[in-house]
Amino acid sequence: MRYLPLTNEDRNAMLTKIGVGNIDDLFNDVPGAVLNPSIDLPNHQSELAVERHLSKLSAKNTAASSVPFFVGAGAYKHHVPATVDYVIQRGEFLTAYTPYQPEIAQGTLQYLFEFQTQVAELTGMDVANASMYDGSTGCGEAIMMARRVTRKKKAILAGSLHAHYRAVSETTTQFTDDVLELLVPNPSDPQAELDAVIEAIDDQTSCVIVQNPNVFGHVLDLRPVAEAAHAKKALLVVVVTEVVSLGAMMSPGEMGADIVVGEGQSIGNGLNFGGPYLGLFATNQKYVRQMPGRLCGETVDADGKRGFVLTLSTREQHIRREKATSNICTNSGLCSLAFTVHMSLLGEKGLKKLALVNHKATSDLKAALNSVDGIEVLNDTFFNEITVKLSKNANGVVEALAGKDILAGVPVSRLYPDAGFDDLLLVAATETVLPEDIEALKTALQEELS
Amino acid sequence: MSMNSAGRPTGVEELASPDQGFESFSGHKGLRLEEQLIFEIGNRDTTGVDIIDVDDFELSLGGLERTSEIACPGLSEPDAMRHFTRLSRKNYGIDMGVFPLGSCTMKHNPRLNEKMARLSGFGDVHPLQPTSTVQGALELMEELSHWLKTLTGLPSVALSPKAGAHGELCGVMAIRAALEARGDAREVVLCPESAHGTNPATAAFCGYKVKDIPAKDNGRVDLDALKAALDDTVACVMLTNPNTCGLFESEIREIADAVHEAGAFFYCDGANFNAIMGKVRPGDLGVDAMHINLHKTFSTPHGGGGPGSGPVVFSDALKDFVPLPYVVTDGEVLDLKEWGDGDSETSLGRLTGFHGQMGMYVRALSYMLSHGVDGIKQAAEDAVLNANYVLASLSDLMSASFEGPCKHEALFDDRFLKDTGVTTLDFAKAMIDEGYHPMTMYFPLVVHGAMLVEPTETESKYNMDQFIRSMRGLAKAAKDQEVERFEGAPYYAPMKRLDETRAARSPILRFKTPE
Repeated sequence: MRYLPLTNEDRNAMLTKIGVGNIDDLFNDVPGAVLNPSIDLPNHQSELAVERHLSKLSAKNTAASSVPFFVGAGAYKHHVPATVDYVIQRGEFLTAYTPYQPEIAQGTLQYLFEFQTQVAELTGMDVANASMYDGSTGCGEAIMMARRVTRKKKAILAGSLHAHYRAVSETTTQFTDDVLELLVPNPSDPQAELDAVIEAIDDQTSCVIVQNPNVFGHVLDLRPVAEAAHAKKALLVVVVTEVVSLGAMMSPGEMGADIVVGEGQSIGNGLNFGGPYLGLFATNQKYVRQMPGRLCGETVDADGKRGFVLTLSTREQHIRREKATSNICTNSGLCSLAFTVHMSLLGEKGLKKLALVNHKATSDLKAALNSVDGIEVLNDTFFNEITVKLSKNANGVVEALAGKDILAGVPVSRLYPDAGFDDLLLVAATETVLPEDIEALKTALQEELS
Repeated sequence: MSMNSAGRPTGVEELASPDQGFESFSGHKGLRLEEQLIFEIGNRDTTGVDIIDVDDFELSLGGLERTSEIACPGLSEPDAMRHFTRLSRKNYGIDMGVFPLGSCTMKHNPRLNEKMARLSGFGDVHPLQPTSTVQGALELMEELSHWLKTLTGLPSVALSPKAGAHGELCGVMAIRAALEARGDAREVVLCPESAHGTNPATAAFCGYKVKDIPAKDNGRVDLDALKAALDDTVACVMLTNPNTCGLFESEIREIADAVHEAGAFFYCDGANFNAIMGKVRPGDLGVDAMHINLHKTFSTPHGGGGPGSGPVVFSDALKDFVPLPYVVTDGEVLDLKEWGDGDSETSLGRLTGFHGQMGMYVRALSYMLSHGVDGIKQAAEDAVLNANYVLASLSDLMSASFEGPCKHEALFDDRFLKDTGVTTLDFAKAMIDEGYHPMTMYFPLVVHGAMLVEPTETESKYNMDQFIRSMRGLAKAAKDQEVERFEGAPYYAPMKRLDETRAARSPILRFKTPE
């Protein structure tokens, strides 16, 4: 077998050195009745055979790049420069472990320090950690962190927070002291929803969680929410599911956020059918010791030379065990490297331009869809995603268009199954969408809705 | 001195060889290239991505345009390539040498896995595309599930947890959900002292108090003490098997019976499944839930700390509580169950933004299909053989904590360093100078100055012999009081020992442009 270097001769020599007769002598502490069961699975295969089988499975799926593609809702199709994938496949990055031995892990540690800086800059916050599993799990962690900071328990989740983020927050806090108040989503009136959020804040509130742009694509001015939250000594948690938007929009930090949670997939990372993705987590300096997750910090070595180490680990499970700030034990290492490489290529200039191209594509999309009978666009404001109201069931329309090799977007009912949103569709356009893609979508929708 | 016809010296006799070397003008030392931060070498006006220009258009950002700066310089493509290549060369990875990090299973990461994960039907599909357009992806998830269930002998699996610790959370939440469903409020989780830190942290996040179970002198759980601790307040026992001392819990079936008799559940931390895959099915041991680290056992890359993937297998008693989403089928078409059915729903809920780590599912299945069940069993046997070979080859010089045989990792403690002036940390750092990544140090906590060596099955006998030679050399040097070799180590790494105390005292967590 190609992954196993030992030969039978080696094995026998090693058994002799150990002083046993056969391999199962090394398993003599396993109850005999359960050792070596017969397991009904196929035997080993050649690289060629495995490749053939998996390629066949892959071919049954419609790849985003192969069709006009408008699917978003928390994961976005962007172009990733070839350099990114080359760098993350270098064995020194790919096959390294968590940098617990910093003298031989400066590569990982330095890019993590660069990553933390980039995330802090983008979000307008003081500091960021070395990443979480994904945006949604970061959201759950933010709720628990706000409880530790404020010593209050009630978290208010805006209605237009991504439904999966709401669900993950509910799951992860179901056995903790946190109490969640879930507000009602309002796809057409973002201001009414913000008013409801402000209304809900009281003395028991630990934090309010608001997504921007919200799940329906509306761009929100969160400064009044920050003010209302801070007046009640509650924290404002801002969720960003499309991190490219930070190249165009006022940063959460400028709006008064205390914690920013983001999905970083859009920069450097592919769609991957939902994972692995990259949770971003940023906050202000004064809350650093309550942060979950890994942190990389600057220091010097014995010669006084600048270097980097994992730090503040007294918050973490391997030191604190049941008193840790989180049970998390990994970050999304390689995904954060992909982010760092892509972001280093973009720089401020490139990111701002990329964001503008996204916004332009969606402006064109909105104009095109507005002209179709049976479609009403619900957004006055947006970044690269809008919600449209169709004269038919959105799920049926999406299926019908998929049959024509157009992936038109996400039916809102897939995210909110029983909320009466059956006629709503989320449509996203990034830099990968061409004018002819928009034309194809428009034509197909005209046919379907007529 | 010999020269070629153009006068270029070709021999090496009579060259100067200064004892101490000298400082270069650049700060580099030959191939040891220094590299500054991107914030120091980049330029705010540079971008390494060519993006098309757009004509002016009316913005729809509600007057909330970004006017503040983003102090992130860009690098041209050649500069970016060089920056990250230079950084990479300061890292040690499995591709470079033996990586005997106990409890972490640093085995070879096959590149076929990488290639397969990048097929466009896996890497370039969106989690919310219509399920009719991702039937192959769902089929792959089903096939992986089949392998995991069959290898563990358990009837159900939740794929979505994103790492081992996330899998633990999923497992203990399912246990709590099952207990609550039968109206049984319990308060306590029992963990051995040797447990991974994530076990007690997970229990605490599920609202449980943690109680330690003591170990016996042979490194295994004290069954009598466990029985004495088991009562109707105990929700579950969390046990790693083989345990973190590298030993199989030989009384595991008695443990499972006692746990079940008390009405509690048996959670197995599957971090060490590599030692027994294909040899023992956890389902036959009475396990109710176990996470599997795809990034350890099934060769998906550790990536410098992630992303991981931690599917959890469940017994019949827990299978109704698995998290959403999961794949369902009507016999022909596959679909995803993404939301519960209201009050009748028993699922513990959603744990991740989408369907989990698809990229890792592809890699793990690619590995399983390659190895086959015969190769998987052989891999477990070779992992155990290599660890016992280390144990047998070092026991005369180093202090083995427990009598063998061990499973996939060999545990030593620092008794052999007594009165040498060398600590476990020093010993580990000296291994760096030998060209190895150190073993896991100071874990598990049950022995003093622990050194946990896990070679994995992907090391040849030649590699093992070279490694053993270095370890024996170091052990002898320590006993001979060659303290210098250790106290400043590593000498040959890209950096000397780093000051962790300073980093924590006044944390600098980001670059700031000097005023």
